[in-house]
Amino acid sequence: MSGNNGFISIQNVDKYFGSFQAINDVSMTVGHGEFFSLLGASGCGKTTLLRMLAGFENPSSGEIYIDGQPMSDVPPHMRPVNMVFQNYAIFPHLNVRDNIAYGLRKQKLPKARRDDMVDEMLELIKLPHYGNRKANQLSGGQRQRIALARALILRPKVLLLDEPLGALDKQLREQMQLELRALQRTVGITFVFVTHDQEEALTLSDRIAVMSRGEVLQLDTPGGLYERPQGREVASFIGTMNFFDGQVRGQTAEAISVEAAGLGVLSIPETKGRFVEGESVQIALRPEKLELMDAAPTDGSESTKGVLQNAAYLGERSHYYVKVDGHETPIAVSAQNRFDGSFAVEEGKPVWLTWRDEAAVVLR
Amino acid sequence: MTDQTLQSGSASGTAGPRAGWFGRLIYRSETARGYTLLTPALVFLGVAILVPFGILVVMSFWTAEGFGFDTTLTTHNYEQFFERPIYMALLSRTFGISGMVTIATVLLCYPMAYYVAFHVHRNKMFWLVLITLPFWTSYLLRVFAWKVVLGYEGVINSALLSVGLIEAPLEFLLYSKQAVIITLAHAWAAFAILPLYVSLEKIDKSLLEAATDLGDGPVRRFFRITLPLSLPGVISASLLVFIPTTGDYITPALLGGPDGAMIGNLIQKQFGPINNWPMGAALSIILMLCIAAISLIFIMLTLFVRKRIS
Amino acid sequence: MSVESYIRKPNRPLQLYAAIFLITLYLPVLFLPLFSFNDSLYVRFPLESFTVRWYVELFARDAVWNALWNSVRVGVAVALVSTTMGIFAAKAITRYRMPGKGPVVTFIMLPLVVPLIIFGVALLVLMSQLGVPLSLYTVAIGHMIVCLPFSIAVLIPRFEGFDASIEEASADLGENAWWTFWRVTLPMVGPGVLASLMLTFTVSFDEFILAFFLSGTQPTLPMYIWGQLRFPQEFPSVLALSSIIIVVSFVIVFLGQWINRGAISASTSGDAS
Repeated sequence: MSGNNGFISIQNVDKYFGSFQAINDVSMTVGHGEFFSLLGASGCGKTTLLRMLAGFENPSSGEIYIDGQPMSDVPPHMRPVNMVFQNYAIFPHLNVRDNIAYGLRKQKLPKARRDDMVDEMLELIKLPHYGNRKANQLSGGQRQRIALARALILRPKVLLLDEPLGALDKQLREQMQLELRALQRTVGITFVFVTHDQEEALTLSDRIAVMSRGEVLQLDTPGGLYERPQGREVASFIGTMNFFDGQVRGQTAEAISVEAAGLGVLSIPETKGRFVEGESVQIALRPEKLELMDAAPTDGSESTKGVLQNAAYLGERSHYYVKVDGHETPIAVSAQNRFDGSFAVEEGKPVWLTWRDEAAVVLR
Repeated sequence: MTDQTLQSGSASGTAGPRAGWFGRLIYRSETARGYTLLTPALVFLGVAILVPFGILVVMSFWTAEGFGFDTTLTTHNYEQFFERPIYMALLSRTFGISGMVTIATVLLCYPMAYYVAFHVHRNKMFWLVLITLPFWTSYLLRVFAWKVVLGYEGVINSALLSVGLIEAPLEFLLYSKQAVIITLAHAWAAFAILPLYVSLEKIDKSLLEAATDLGDGPVRRFFRITLPLSLPGVISASLLVFIPTTGDYITPALLGGPDGAMIGNLIQKQFGPINNWPMGAALSIILMLCIAAISLIFIMLTLFVRKRIS
Repeated sequence: MSVESYIRKPNRPLQLYAAIFLITLYLPVLFLPLFSFNDSLYVRFPLESFTVRWYVELFARDAVWNALWNSVRVGVAVALVSTTMGIFAAKAITRYRMPGKGPVVTFIMLPLVVPLIIFGVALLVLMSQLGVPLSLYTVAIGHMIVCLPFSIAVLIPRFEGFDASIEEASADLGENAWWTFWRVTLPMVGPGVLASLMLTFTVSFDEFILAFFLSGTQPTLPMYIWGQLRFPQEFPSVLALSSIIIVVSFVIVFLGQWINRGAISASTSGDAS
């Protein structure tokens, strides 16, 4: 039980498939009752990590603890975790009730008690009259709820979800996101959720581990990932981001001064990293942190002049692309479309960009 | 359902390490799990195939001595094989007959497989089951049926006689090489159709549409697209017919007569009436080696064709 | 769509060919029942009067009943053992990553192509060297060599036909390998198991080549028929017996294949040979 300081504790786990390294020295802890997401593109190792928690794969080295117990020699059927599979894995030869009651056999409950528990679950997933349907008579959303009910009825310590919303269409997916989050609050079980959809991860999670090539790039709250990405890969994976080449001009205890191509000199709050003068860095700035103006700001705030290249109307907001001297790629700016008339779009028109220096992030 | 009911229990079992090194090995290693499940089948086939085959090899270096064996190792039997032209002649006739059977079977089955793959839309399964059905049933009885059909006083002869088309029974029907070839081709047709069908079914239909779109007529399209893409199926069908038929002895025994005999008959006779088991063993080994060599050529051909089309 | 229907338009000559092919496939075998009802010692046209006396005669023969009983015993034993082994082997082949799988599968499938006479003489030599007398047991061992790969070949598409996550879900919900097998795997591969039992039984029941080398004093049904072929006066009763065997075999195999038709389509859309 060494170094076990979370409800789930993953310690220095490696996983090889033949000579291919799927997981590279991953360590992390997940707290009790947390909605925790593993986020990354396909092949990043997130599903392998989830399957190691479930016991379908074994770490090549390292150890996983769940509620203080080392899991190495615990086979899937002995683990206090349950899983919602990507394709839901509903037993096709059983009806809905038998699917939900599948894991209760070992508890040897009286039939009436078991029926009550199944009814309760059917109620919880809002499918009270579907008990006698066969799996092939169900829609994707219904299968997903049954997979949830089947796992939750066993009161697992951890519920693992492998892209459970991936197979649903957009509208249903958004509805299920809300329900899933509400359900997790109700039951208070630790959820470990695998997804490649960053928006979904941001919406649902208490904390997110962003993974790539078998490594955890950053483990943070949704806000932390979005506002303070550590490294260019995370910054570009979550949302849209403008990157600027920069050079460090100086550093104080609270802030760092960087000259960024196209933006001029910025003073960015930075307390952790130590930089040397003249070091090459990158400045990242979200499109919605920039403001577009027809004329140079009169209040004396920082601004840079550019040329409007094109614009994309997206309904509630518009994206503008502005070419600035000294910066190769056009800068993306996102602005809300106000009811008092939109920003006059005219390609080739000179515009001014303003921002607050605190909104920028320094990346090495 | 309330918080408590879900949080309180750990009903799905407290995690505890599994006892025993074997249990741990099984759980830890997929390879161990896989081979444990394979063990019964592998042990059985290993003992029932490799051990007898090893003994067969050893016996082929013995010599027959009255009712027993002289167990001193000698290449006598193999020398006999090369010295007496009858053996070589029988072997080459065997491969000749099997070759003819293979060509006939593949040529006759190809259109049928093509028909099921491209022109049967409903009840495809019914057709496939219907075509492969005879393959599963008694080989002896199917050969016997051909004896009834081709016999001296058999179906064909008596039918032709009774309608007055011929004066006397046609003798070449039974006890000839032709009879053996017809019967074998018929018997193995069901076996050849499956690989042909599979390779045809796998062809992406949009390729055919593209060929048509680019101006190929049905005939050119067949020779430029369909046939080349189905070649792997043709090759495996050929292999699946050729190899088993080289060892056949029922058909030649029942229908072959003197010039329809094959190497299988001789092997069977060495273990039966001639009672020279070591020679029979040597002939079996020689047959196996020839088959292995021919299969190797076929497989190389398949690899070559695969490389060409993909 | 129009191109599709252009390629798939009915092809009259091909239809005709398919019809002739099927008729030729079944016709020779159909002559056996035809002549088995013919009241003549000779198999020839024109047909004489209709009779069932060859069948009636058959029922009175103890040797036929003995041979039938021998074949059934061997067939049932072979079907049960090879299907049981086949289920485990097919699961291992389809579900687990393991080194050396390719060569192992090739070795297992070898008996489907190697001439059976080789296995026949090899086993005969082994048994004689071990001093094991030939019996129905030696016949059964021989039949297992062929039936085991058939069983595996029938079952593999069944296992491939359902996602491994279904079995994982069972393990995840707390069932060990034993219960997962009974509650999930067997119901899922059930039709394949049934088909394998029926097909391996028929293959063993009808098998002659191995039985020829490996049977002792108790003949199987095909061995009995082979023995009778020498006597011309027995020809009609052999026809009657053959007709019964063929009809029963066709029915069993057809049912087996039909039960398992979902898996046949799965295997033929993938790689079979």
